[in-house]
Amino acid sequence: MSEKSLVQEFTKGLWEEIPPFRLVLGLCPTLAVTKAFETGFGMGCALTFVLVCSNVLVSVLRKIIPSKIRVPCFIICVATFVVIVELVMQAYTYPLFLKLGIFIPLIVVNCIPLGRAEAFAYKNGVVRSIADGLGLGVGYAISLSVLGSIREIFGAGSWLGHAVFGASFQPFTFMVEAPGAFVCLGLMLGVMNLAGKK
Amino acid sequence: MRDVIRMILVLGILGAVSGGGLALVKAGTAAKIEYQQLKFVKGPAILEILKGCTNDPLVDRFKIKDGETERSFYVGVFDGKPNAVAYETYGKGFGGDIGIMVGVNLETDQLLGMGVTTPFSETPGLGARAKTDQNFKGSFKGLSMNEPVKVKVDGGKVDAISGATTTSRGVCAAVTDSEGFYSKMKPQILEKAQAFAK
Repeated sequence: MSEKSLVQEFTKGLWEEIPPFRLVLGLCPTLAVTKAFETGFGMGCALTFVLVCSNVLVSVLRKIIPSKIRVPCFIICVATFVVIVELVMQAYTYPLFLKLGIFIPLIVVNCIPLGRAEAFAYKNGVVRSIADGLGLGVGYAISLSVLGSIREIFGAGSWLGHAVFGASFQPFTFMVEAPGAFVCLGLMLGVMNLAGKK
Repeated sequence: MRDVIRMILVLGILGAVSGGGLALVKAGTAAKIEYQQLKFVKGPAILEILKGCTNDPLVDRFKIKDGETERSFYVGVFDGKPNAVAYETYGKGFGGDIGIMVGVNLETDQLLGMGVTTPFSETPGLGARAKTDQNFKGSFKGLSMNEPVKVKVDGGKVDAISGATTTSRGVCAAVTDSEGFYSKMKPQILEKAQAFAK
């Protein structure tokens, strides 16, 4: 593990271990908030912030936190940053906060920050943990943005609220419903596996 | 024993620091959050009523205590003079309480207009038209605050929405109801509104 360079720690989150496709963690918000590009991207940014900050804090405190109570400590760290994100979102991007709704507080129990705290930040130094958190967070934001874009373009015929197709386009409503999320996610996972086979 | 004390200490300090930090963030964002909530929940109704004012009524606001309840007033500045206020009042509709934003001209005691603020649970197509029906909303304009506001069937001047008598009456009752505290608090309202003169 220690042979990886800092850059590799960062870039692994963008392809090798890109969530949610490679890790297949954090699927619940992935399915729920990717109705449009805007919500997917917002969720990705929120998670990136939480992931980087909680990774830093856990990594700094890793020698102080006794291993028996590490999980409650991780949860406190993650929860603190989630509440900060929630308050800041309410203060500056209120419409986005209304759209994301319950999925912002639910980052606390999202597997990605907890998983990274346990699997990475608790065993590695601060700088490496930042690289790891940033990589996975950006990867998650990209995934959600792409997934959200695909669903918004085909499901609503628009992107960021601008019409993409002509007036004759009939929106493929299935894509913005829950089953559409599963199908779209599955297809993307399939394509990524095909591309990664060589 | 040492282990147990250490665990308690680590968890306790971590929790306390996180709680303290969050309290700071909350205090720092509280004003901003209040403004955002106003802007997106009540803002549209306030701005429609006080159309043409030269200030931002969401910033120029004050509160007056009325017994147990505290009422918010939003000041509209016209031609450099703060001679209009908007405030919220409630009435019984067909599907629960209706929140009504009422605008009053302080010089003539006449209604400037009204708008619905609460998430509306009136019957779609009938009562729910109170939010959009320009004819209904327009008929409030210019009514005096010194006599009860009633629909035409009850001997008043307001054109009720056809098929939605209960909603129309509820809105009128809400406006009439507010006349009571408006006339009672008028001296205070005038005094506080003067502070926003440009």
